[in-house]
Order: sequence, then C-alpha cells, then structure tokens
Amino acid sequence: MKNLGRLFLIILFLYLLLGFTGYACAIDFKKKVLPNGLILINSENHNLPVVMVSLILKAGMINEPPEKAGLANLVSETLAEGTISRTSRQISEELDFIGASFDTETTEDYISIDLSVLKKDVERGFGILSDVLINPVFPEEEIKRKKEQIKGYLKKLEEEPSMIALKACKKEVFGEHPYGRMVIGEMETVNSIERDDILRFYREFFRPNNAILTIVGDISEKEIDEIVGRYFSKWDIDRKSLYDTLNVGKIIQSKDTANPEKKGKVIRLHKDITQANIIMGGIGISRDNPDYYALSVMNYIFGGGGFSSRLMKKIRDDMGLAYDIHSLFTPNKQLGMIRIGLQTRNEAVKTAIGEIYRQMEKMRNEYVTDTELSEAKSFLIGNFKRRLDTNRKIADFLSMVEFFNLGDDYLEKYPEYINSVTKDDILRVARKYLIPENFVTVIVANQKYLNID
Amino acid sequence: MTPKTPKVSLEEEIQDSRPDPQISLDMLLYFAMRKNIFCLILYLLFVLMPVSVFASEVKEFILNNGMKVIILEEHKAPAVTFQIWYRVGSKDEPNGKSGLSHLLEHMMFKGTKIYGASEFSRIIQKNGGTDNAFTTKDYTAYFEILPSDKINIAIELEADRMKNLVLDPKECVLERDVVVEERKMRYEDDPQNLLFEEVNAIAYKIHPYRRPVIGWMSEISSIERQDLYEYYSKYYSPNNAFIVVVGDINVEEVLRAIKDKFEGMSGSINTSILRFDEPEQSGERRFILKKEAELPFVVIAYHVPNFPHEDSFALDVLSLILAGGKSSRLYQSLVYERRIALNVSADYHGFNVFPYLFFISATVSPNGDVKEVESSIYNEIRKIVDEAPSEYEVQKAKNQLEASFIMDQDSIYMQAMKFGIFEILGSWRLFDKYLEGIRKVTPTDIVNVAKKYFIEDKRIVGTLIPKKVEASR
Repeated sequence: MKNLGRLFLIILFLYLLLGFTGYACAIDFKKKVLPNGLILINSENHNLPVVMVSLILKAGMINEPPEKAGLANLVSETLAEGTISRTSRQISEELDFIGASFDTETTEDYISIDLSVLKKDVERGFGILSDVLINPVFPEEEIKRKKEQIKGYLKKLEEEPSMIALKACKKEVFGEHPYGRMVIGEMETVNSIERDDILRFYREFFRPNNAILTIVGDISEKEIDEIVGRYFSKWDIDRKSLYDTLNVGKIIQSKDTANPEKKGKVIRLHKDITQANIIMGGIGISRDNPDYYALSVMNYIFGGGGFSSRLMKKIRDDMGLAYDIHSLFTPNKQLGMIRIGLQTRNEAVKTAIGEIYRQMEKMRNEYVTDTELSEAKSFLIGNFKRRLDTNRKIADFLSMVEFFNLGDDYLEKYPEYINSVTKDDILRVARKYLIPENFVTVIVANQKYLNID
Repeated sequence: MTPKTPKVSLEEEIQDSRPDPQISLDMLLYFAMRKNIFCLILYLLFVLMPVSVFASEVKEFILNNGMKVIILEEHKAPAVTFQIWYRVGSKDEPNGKSGLSHLLEHMMFKGTKIYGASEFSRIIQKNGGTDNAFTTKDYTAYFEILPSDKINIAIELEADRMKNLVLDPKECVLERDVVVEERKMRYEDDPQNLLFEEVNAIAYKIHPYRRPVIGWMSEISSIERQDLYEYYSKYYSPNNAFIVVVGDINVEEVLRAIKDKFEGMSGSINTSILRFDEPEQSGERRFILKKEAELPFVVIAYHVPNFPHEDSFALDVLSLILAGGKSSRLYQSLVYERRIALNVSADYHGFNVFPYLFFISATVSPNGDVKEVESSIYNEIRKIVDEAPSEYEVQKAKNQLEASFIMDQDSIYMQAMKFGIFEILGSWRLFDKYLEGIRKVTPTDIVNVAKKYFIEDKRIVGTLIPKKVEASR
C-alpha cells in the first residue's frame, strides 16, 4: 500500500508537471483524410529547421504470396530506382545534394518510407518523395540489380548466429503463417520474383486510401496543405477506375496458429563459433489484444527491463553466464511472438536454459512483489513520454498509433492502461503466454562442444 | 528490411556496458541493418559532428577541485541527459592488461558502499530513465537520460560511484566472465569485426591504439581485483573528469546540486602527457584472416592526422566524396555499376586524442572478387589524385555534413555527446573551428590530402577469406 501511494504521488506529479508547463509532451497533432483517402497527420514544432516525414503503406510481408517471399521488401527497395522522369542515379544524386536521408523499411505488416530533410529543402524533398511513390517505373535492370544485392545479403546473414537462430525460431513458432518467414525472403523465392509481381503488388497496395502520411517539424499546417495538395492530391485519381475492384489490404494467406506438435522442441544448428546463441520463442499476442499492457509489465519484470529484470539479475549478475539476456514480445497486426535470447559459453547452455525455465515457472506460480510492480509501472510510464524527445521519434510514433488504431488519445491514456495492471493480471498473462512446453528452443553453436543431452 | 550496412568502423569501439532495456540484440542488429550506407554515414557523423549552438548559451564552470562542468539549457522536451566523462581509456592501460578500462566500466554498475550491485540502473529505471556507459581508446563515459525533474538522482549516483566503488572480488570474477562472453559475441564470432581488430593491431608497433578496447581474450582473463582497484584509484578523480548536462533544467539549480555532491572530493591525479614514438611505417602491411564466413571482406587503413590538424577537414569531406550516400564514387562504381561489392564505406576517424586511421572497407558480392574490389578502391583514389573533384561534388559533401549537423540537434543526448567529444580533444568550443574548417575545404585540398596520406607503402590491408569458399575451390 505504501508503494502504491508513492506511485500515485509520482504519477500525480507527472500529470501536474505536464499540465502546468504545457510541454511538447502532450503532443499536439492534427489528423485529416484527403479526398483521395490519404490520412494526413501533422505536428508543428518550430525549434529546429528540420522536417521529418513518415509514409506508411498498410501492406507488408503478410500481403505477399508465400512462393514470392521477399516481394514486399523488393518493391520498397526498387521504388527509388527510377521514375518516369528520374533515373536511379538522379534520385540519389538529388537526395545526397540536399543532405536528406531517405529510407524504406518493410515489416511483417507495413512498409514505411522515411524522409528527413532540412526546412529549406522541403520542396525538393517532397518532389522526390512523391515522385518515387506515384511514378516509379521499376526498370528491369534495376530489379535485377536489387535481386542480386538482396541475395548477397541473404548470404551475409548466414554469418550472423543470432539471425540464423531467429529465422529457425520464427519458422517453428509460426509454422505456415506468413510471420514464420523472414521479411527479406529466401534465395529461391527472391529469384522467382518477376517485374510483373512487383507491378501487381505496387498497383494493389500503393494507393492513397491505403496510406498514412505523417509530417512533423518546422512546417505550418498551411504550408503542409499547400505542399501536400501539390504533390499528393494527384495520387491515384487517374488510376482509381482501373483498380477499384481490388480488395485493398486483404490478407493473401493467413493460417493463424502454429503447428502444435512442434512445440517444446529443441533445434540445434551447427556453426563454427565460440559461444552458443540461444533463442526460445513462443506464440504471443497481436497488437490489439487487451493483454498488451499486462504483458508489457510482466515482460519488464521477467526479462525486458534490462538490469531490473529477473533474467538479467540471475543469469548475468548472479551467474555471470551471459552478456546479453533479454525477453521481448513483438506484437504484430495478426499475431505475435514472445521470446528470450542470450549468448553463453557452450558448457553453460544447459544451466542457462534450466534457469530460464525456472524463472518462467516462478512467473507463473508466484505473485510479483509490490516493489517489482511499482517499479515496472513507473519505468514504463515515465520512459514512454520521455522517449518522444525528437521530431523523428514523434513522427514514427504518430504513424504507428494510427496504423495500429491505438486511438488519438493514446499518449494520454497510456499511463492509465499501465496503471490498471494488477498482480493478478500479471499472473494470468504469465500462465497464458509463458508455457514452457510451448517454447521452441534454437541453439546455434559448435555442436561438437555442446553437451546438453 | 534489406540489410545494407557493413559493420564498418565498430573499430571506433563504443563498448556499451550492456544492452538497453527493452532493446534486444536482434533489434540492434535490425536497426543496424535497415540503415543504408548513407544513413550509416550520417549516423557516424552524428557522433562526430558539433552543435551549432552559440557558445554564449553554453555555460562552463570549474569546480574547486578542478572538475569542469558544461551545461546547456534546452527546453524543447521535459528531459535531461547527465553525462560524466573520464579521461581514461584503453590507451592508458598497463601492458598485459588490455580491457582493463572496459571491465572497470562494467564494475561501475556493481555496487558502492551505499548502493548494492546493480542498484544503479534499477534506481534510474524506476524513475523513468535509462542509463549506460561506453569505453573508447581515449575516454570512458557514463550517462543517464531522465525526466528533467529527476536529474538530482543522476548527480547523486554518479558522485557516489566516483569515490565509493566497492569492487567486490566475487563480482569482479563474475563480470570478467560476462565480458568474455561479450568479446565472443562482438569479435570472435563476427568475422568482419575481427578483421577490423586485426588491422588495427598491425597498424602500430608501439602506440597503445593497437590494443582493442574490449581487450585480448587472455588478458581480460588475467585482470584481477587489485588491477581494477589501482586503476580506479588512479584515474577516477574529479580533476580527470568533466560533466556535461543538456536538457530542460535551470543552470544555477543544477550547478548547485553538482557542487554539493562533487566538491567534497579532492582531485588527486597529476596527468602526465603520454608520448609514443611510433616508428614510421615503410612498406605495406597485409593481413589475411581465414574464418568461417559467407563473403570475403576487405579493410584498407591509412595513417592520418587527428582533429584539429589542418588536413583533418579535407579528410572528413573526402570520406563523404568516397562513400557518403548512394551517389558517392565508391558506391556508384563498386556497388551500383559493377556490382562487385555489396556495400562500401569510408570513415575518417579524426576525433581521437592521437592521430589514428582512415578506414575504407567493402563486403565482396557473391559474384565479386576480393582482389578486384581492392584494386577498384585504389583506382577511385587514383582518380581523385589525378583530377580534382568538382566544386559541385565538394559542395554536396559539405551539404551532407551540414544537414546531419542540424538534424543532430534534435536529440539532447547527441548534443551532449558532441560537447563531450570536443572537450576530450581540448575544448567543447572547438566545434566552431570544426565548422569553419569544413566550410573552407576546396577541391585542391581534397587532392592534396589524398596524395599525402593514401600512400601504398603506408597502408594496412586486411582481407577476410571465408574458409568455406576456400575449401570448395
């Protein structure tokens, strides 16, 4: 009760602080839908002459056919490799000359295109951004080049033990579900992607009514209306009749549970390395699952809270077995994963895994302490707002809130969501999601030296 | 999520004491991979670039024990970063004890007479903050980022561990094991990083920059509690450290709190100026690393002067002309046109206390040839020596520097980092000199530095030859 009282005071204090000083903390933003369906979000912040743009397309890996795995990624990678009026070289030359950064990223659920540009170059930045988005031509030669590059990186990934482990773990946990694949795809599937596949994906999903445009920084609403009107209002209007029969955002393939008989499995993969790289994974939750907040608190206490977490305290601090030990859950649109990762010496593998299971059981069988609960909550709440301290982070945050439908008042509501989590909730989610038999353990190591049987 | 980034220049060696809460290794890798080369360059510049803040806004104070305090009020968000920088790094380690600075950095989280092991981070986190530390060749820095009203917690905790560290023998042994695992993860099992480490080690015969910051495996294992204690007593003194604060605070209040906690300690160190007469290199040094790997990788290093040497500015601009963004020369030629490399980078490491190296590195494509990649890099260098780059090309590089410079100010942490790096080199005020120097660079300067430093007999070349590939041929 004493702790709870102190927590209340802390939160009350935070609220008062925010309320009275009117800091950027309560982020001021506006949202509207343009006639072509594009969602436009903006937040003005005039303390630095920069403009951060985030464009989210609501389509990602889950929207590609399994035999063409890597398609969504390849589309986003070739977007800036040539438009009706610019060659690949011209695009990079122009972007570099204004010192802009332009970045595309493909995830399980969406594709994001980020542009960071100085205020004085905002016109040129939007010119290029809209051009690659609306007028890409996907030249054969550029596709070939990118495919070669991606295949090279697939090879390079084989050098990284943690990536090998993650790939194997995802495959086991999600089975046939698209989340069981890597966004980058496989050698054969990437090879099989043709220009037509790219065009089809582009035409189906790169539409204004399937996108979120977020603009944060030194630009007024009036300037935004003007510039967005000029560069984005033309988007799709003349193509609409051609494609409106397509079901925007539909899931091409979704089998939503993992293969049950594969659970509890241990997979050992050989690599000539000096330590064992371990990932233990199980089915978690989708982002809209109401357990998200209880799981956030539980995970912080279990293995997500760095040096405040139980796994770190035990496995690193008390036993000296690993440099990095953590748990995390990745909630995606349809499903998610919860996993534990560590690297340890070969001789300690059995001990470490045994200890992780013990900690899982403890989480499932005992209440967390008052201190653990209050400290987890105060970190999550305090750090949540503190982290939104740059224009780029605010832009990314606002797009994600919109993409996952978290609500326009999410920032204000978050402390409430976290504060309402009880010890019973934590026990409940631990029992629901930390089921030792359901975790797949992948060990990438020099199997010669691994003695775990 | 096409990975596009080589792990270039991790040889710059920022060894975090531990992974960030909530950010897993996978996520870190993922961040590293999703950046394209240009972003990586920008990122590196972020670390190296100064702030365009008028010197008058920054307040500097010297405490009665000789400790400097640098404070900037920045009210854009209710957050603050508190950083304490010690002028001690791997260059200061006794022979045979490489990794001592870094292990001590880890031990700084393992308890004082007042707070138990690992209490430090717990306290920071429950106050909504995060903390970490890093060790380099020249310095060891500790930082916290907190809601601004919590700054006194950081001040108290940092003052406490400056003088009250326990260095429990049992904890020392356990933490040594942790660092051994860290070394395996970062170097032994990462062939590209291992190659950087090797190239760095053969670049010098005498100079302590040859030591890896994390330490050689056998030497890490030889570090005892007594070594740590002596090192701590010698270097962790207020007149061998300085504080940087940037955030939503009031200068007077913060200064008062800092004085209250730090002025009670007396400055003990008499810093002697290190001197190392590294014999001149006359003849290329070459190293071949054979490890299990998928793709060959090449690293070329040249000895170069450090900032604020008059040539340092042109070297910085040159690194962008070579590999700053997809329109850069090396990217266009090796990655785009000829497809012999998957990625390429050029990094000038000028922000060191002593002259260090200029690294050029490239991952060879599956269909590429490592020798061809290496000779193509020399070709591009020759082109610069033979014909000055255009005004436009130089301007493009300067624009990239300027843009990253401005964007960098978005983050209070980065602002404080830059003050710290410049202060290590002499004074945070040097950033003015840096900007001025960059603006003055001409195409002729570029040719001159390329001619002067990119010399065959003075280079160090490392190649990673994948064992698998060799076996199959």
